[in-house]
Amino acid sequence: MKLLTCPMNGTRPLSEFIFGGEYRDAPDQKTCSDSEWAAYVHNRSGAPGDKKEWWYHSPSGTWFIAERNTLSDKVSRTYLLSSNANATQEQAK
Amino acid sequence: MPLRLLKYAIKKEHPASRFFKSHDAPKKSYDVVIIGGGGHGLAAAYYLAKDHGIKNVAVLEKGYIGGGNTGRNTTIVRSNYLTPEGVNFYDASVKIYEDLSEELDLNLFYSTRGHFTLAHTESAMRTMRWRAEVNKHVGVESRVVGPDEIAKACPQLDLTCSGQAPILGALFHAPGSVARHDGVAWGYARGADRLGAEIHQNTEVLAIDVKNGKVCGVKTNKGYIETKQVLCAVAGFTPRITEMVDLETPIVIHPLQACVTEPMKPWLDTILVSGSLHVYVSQSSRGELVMGSSLDPYEVHSTRSTLDFVEGLTSHMLDMFPFLANVKVVRQWAGMADMTPDFAPIMGKTPIEGFYLDAGWGTWGFKATPISGKTMAQTIANDSAPDLIHSFRLSRFEDYELTGEKGAASVGH
Repeated sequence: MKLLTCPMNGTRPLSEFIFGGEYRDAPDQKTCSDSEWAAYVHNRSGAPGDKKEWWYHSPSGTWFIAERNTLSDKVSRTYLLSSNANATQEQAK
Repeated sequence: MPLRLLKYAIKKEHPASRFFKSHDAPKKSYDVVIIGGGGHGLAAAYYLAKDHGIKNVAVLEKGYIGGGNTGRNTTIVRSNYLTPEGVNFYDASVKIYEDLSEELDLNLFYSTRGHFTLAHTESAMRTMRWRAEVNKHVGVESRVVGPDEIAKACPQLDLTCSGQAPILGALFHAPGSVARHDGVAWGYARGADRLGAEIHQNTEVLAIDVKNGKVCGVKTNKGYIETKQVLCAVAGFTPRITEMVDLETPIVIHPLQACVTEPMKPWLDTILVSGSLHVYVSQSSRGELVMGSSLDPYEVHSTRSTLDFVEGLTSHMLDMFPFLANVKVVRQWAGMADMTPDFAPIMGKTPIEGFYLDAGWGTWGFKATPISGKTMAQTIANDSAPDLIHSFRLSRFEDYELTGEKGAASVGH
């Protein structure tokens, strides 16, 4: 069984989690062009590599960030977006 | 054909024939370079030569031909889509498939079985009625049928699905078929090779040379190739290639898994799909049940298989067919599906001159092999995409003109 570490609830089976897609910064709606906005809405960085992603622990309703390599599927760390990235839990291999 | 067979019988020697010539290294330049030796790339090479007389073409394949998603799908061919654009496109593909064994002179075991998409809920019935009406309007044979007609076509099916999900009806699609998928790749490879195209296996593209917004060559592990036109037909590897030319797309890679049982005597005549139970199943000409399910739930660039998948799929199979409890699963595998937000492909020209995309084939690529080869060949030959694939252009996202086909995916993804 694959495991993932929720920053609030500790290590839990992956089946308790929902993938929320890559973490992305939205462009400023007031200044960006239509095509920049369309690119933000639709385009994704699909190539494999280390990614910062949204994950959701469904039973507790916790959204958090996981840093994961999409080629090896190894998670390097997980943390709440609000928390300081330095105070993160190291993900058990 | 019978005459050739007779000649063959009379001959004393029967040397093994190769499907296509092997070449030591690519030439210095080609008119067109096709990245990806799957069904789509090979079909494009075939139609470039056959329909447009463009024969100075190289197909570069980093592994072996048909070893990617062409050889990993569950071989279902159908055209019961949701949008008129989709139905027209896939219907054109089905029509080519029907005579393809003859055209390629290779038995593709193309077998028209009839295709039932089972509905277990009222909302699913609504989608079935919608699809049936769109299909009929475009001239594709699809209709909504009741449980009695399903039972007649497949008496082995438990219509209550173990009491969990009673079947209310189905979308019946008469032209639904299965075919030998690797045969499709080999047939197109042989056809393209005979017409003059070169197929280079074990040849990986490392970079694409773009100057002033125009393609001028590709760098491979077997040297540099000059070319002004490149077709990218690499399914799950698309983001790695588009990254080489700094092209952004909405494509995200999810694994899609499938498995087969041990062979049995033929008993399942039709193709059955259940969206709610996340199962599609048909019986191959070898007697194996070929089964697939929904996408893996998150992005991974990998073809690993999981136990979760087999457990989930087989438990739903047993809801439908309890008597299969003692049948063994003998193989499972995965492919990398290049998913788009609207479940429609991305085909045609790109902002980079000479760089053509045949991608976003997600879970629906095999059925489109002939027509995508034909329309991409047209796009390359004329440097302009035909009307049939206008709705699949990359710029549809910027135009907010998506081609919503999610409701026509076999199972809820």
